[in-house]
Amino acid sequence: MKKLINSVDSVVTDALRGLAAAHPGLRVDVDNQIVVRASGPRPGKVGLVSGGGSGHEPLHAGFVGYGMLDAACPGEIFTSPVPDQMIAATEAVNGGAGVLHIVKNYTGDVLNFEMAAELSAEEGVEVASVLVDDDVAVQDSLYTAGRRGTGATLFVEKIAGAMAETGAPLPEVVRVAGEVNARSRSFGVALSACTTPAAGKPTFELKDTEIELGIGIHGEPGRTRSAMRGARELARTVMEAIDEDMPISGDTLVMVNGMGGTPLIELYVVFAEVADYLASKGATAARSLVGNYVTSLDMQGFSVTVCLLNDELTRLWDAPVETPGLRWGR
Amino acid sequence: MGAATLDTAFFAAWIEEITRSVGAEKDRLTRLDAAIGDADHGTNLDRGFTAIAQALADKEPDTPGALLTLVGSTLIRKVGGASGPLYGTAFREAGKALADVSEVSAAELVGALEAALAGVQKLGSAAEGDKTMVDALAPAVRALAQAVQEGKDPREAAEAAASAALAGAEATVPMQARKGRASYLGPRSVGHEDPGAASTALILTALRTVAAPRSAGGSPPAGPDGSPGW
Repeated sequence: MKKLINSVDSVVTDALRGLAAAHPGLRVDVDNQIVVRASGPRPGKVGLVSGGGSGHEPLHAGFVGYGMLDAACPGEIFTSPVPDQMIAATEAVNGGAGVLHIVKNYTGDVLNFEMAAELSAEEGVEVASVLVDDDVAVQDSLYTAGRRGTGATLFVEKIAGAMAETGAPLPEVVRVAGEVNARSRSFGVALSACTTPAAGKPTFELKDTEIELGIGIHGEPGRTRSAMRGARELARTVMEAIDEDMPISGDTLVMVNGMGGTPLIELYVVFAEVADYLASKGATAARSLVGNYVTSLDMQGFSVTVCLLNDELTRLWDAPVETPGLRWGR
Repeated sequence: MGAATLDTAFFAAWIEEITRSVGAEKDRLTRLDAAIGDADHGTNLDRGFTAIAQALADKEPDTPGALLTLVGSTLIRKVGGASGPLYGTAFREAGKALADVSEVSAAELVGALEAALAGVQKLGSAAEGDKTMVDALAPAVRALAQAVQEGKDPREAAEAAASAALAGAEATVPMQARKGRASYLGPRSVGHEDPGAASTALILTALRTVAAPRSAGGSPPAGPDGSPGW
């Protein structure tokens, strides 16, 4: 397997060096593996910290900047960051108004962020957390770790980031973050497995004629395997899974997200089908994103995330944002 | 030479043996994880235990308790994922339970491992049967406690614990995962050994290795009179 790397051990730090070189608006602490805004914390503004395994670029480091995150802690590939990173990030962004941790619901992320929040609180920083768990593929939450956090993480980071930028207090930022999560659902499909640099070969085998339905974002196999089919039918399967869990209506924010190995032309083919499905429900994609935002290395496939908008969420989504991965209005 | 003395050097040897076997088995652990997780378990543990060697060299803890606590903190700081906090907590709880004794009795070792198990279960809220490391750790702790209660020598007690851990890991194969990332697979997690249970079995196998009197080659002789020498 060919990868553009220097060595398996240095992938994450080498990528961070590149991020630092490419984006002077960010300050990258390669030793501590954290990325913060170069402008530093703004007094009185709630700080937003997120993080997770690397391999999902631009999530999360690519969403650090005005209107979105204040800091990101990238872990090793597909491995959650460690509490030291999160504590360093939390301290670096604390402007005295408290810090919100945005955590995807994966056991490792949850445990490490919990430990970091406790330790930061002992240091006198007010820390709140929001758990993102939007993946409808995980149905039986009673006997599992609960739904995974996937595409809605971007929505939460953007909208809570906009709210924090207004100078809103921590409870308000927490409220809106929770609301975005509650109104968002995702479902993913893989056409191929991904290859982590350390493993050097695909994490699972998929025949040319097969797909995985209900994948997460870590290269883990999905819930069911099925025969490959056309984009229209695939989009319908995905949208029905979402609609069944959360009836879709009205104005929505829709992301057709590539998993890293699928060209944009195919993502737009999918988006056309998604838009048709929404129309059939009397809904519209009032706001949309098409592209690679929450990826899984070189995995082929896509996920769809739908958020049911209201006036407040729409306004906050439209607010200016300036990050390496998302940028408008400024 | 009789039974092992459970002093700081013994625990350091145990950690060294874990580091060696995790290094040797990391590809197998990662393969197990690829089947039902995200293919990083071996690499992560290897990174953590490699960092421990450095941490122990820098600090040279002078009691078993301080050593295990440092091991735990280093795992939390270096490993990430779920295994970092879980194994980190296990070693930290074990270390704290040993307080500052310089030589650990058999009963104290049992107490330390019971504390480790309790810490893991509290943090991960997993029970036996959920297809996690608890399925190897819980039976190992029970077997160790029972062997010590029966007055077995350390080699036999560690042997019982290691066997129970290996059997416990093996028993995760037909289970359906209910915790951790494998739980997302539902019924498809059946038929694969849990990587966390497998690494826990490695850790207890390492205990057996260091508890056996280190005579050159061959199987070591049993304790001279069966009296618990630790």
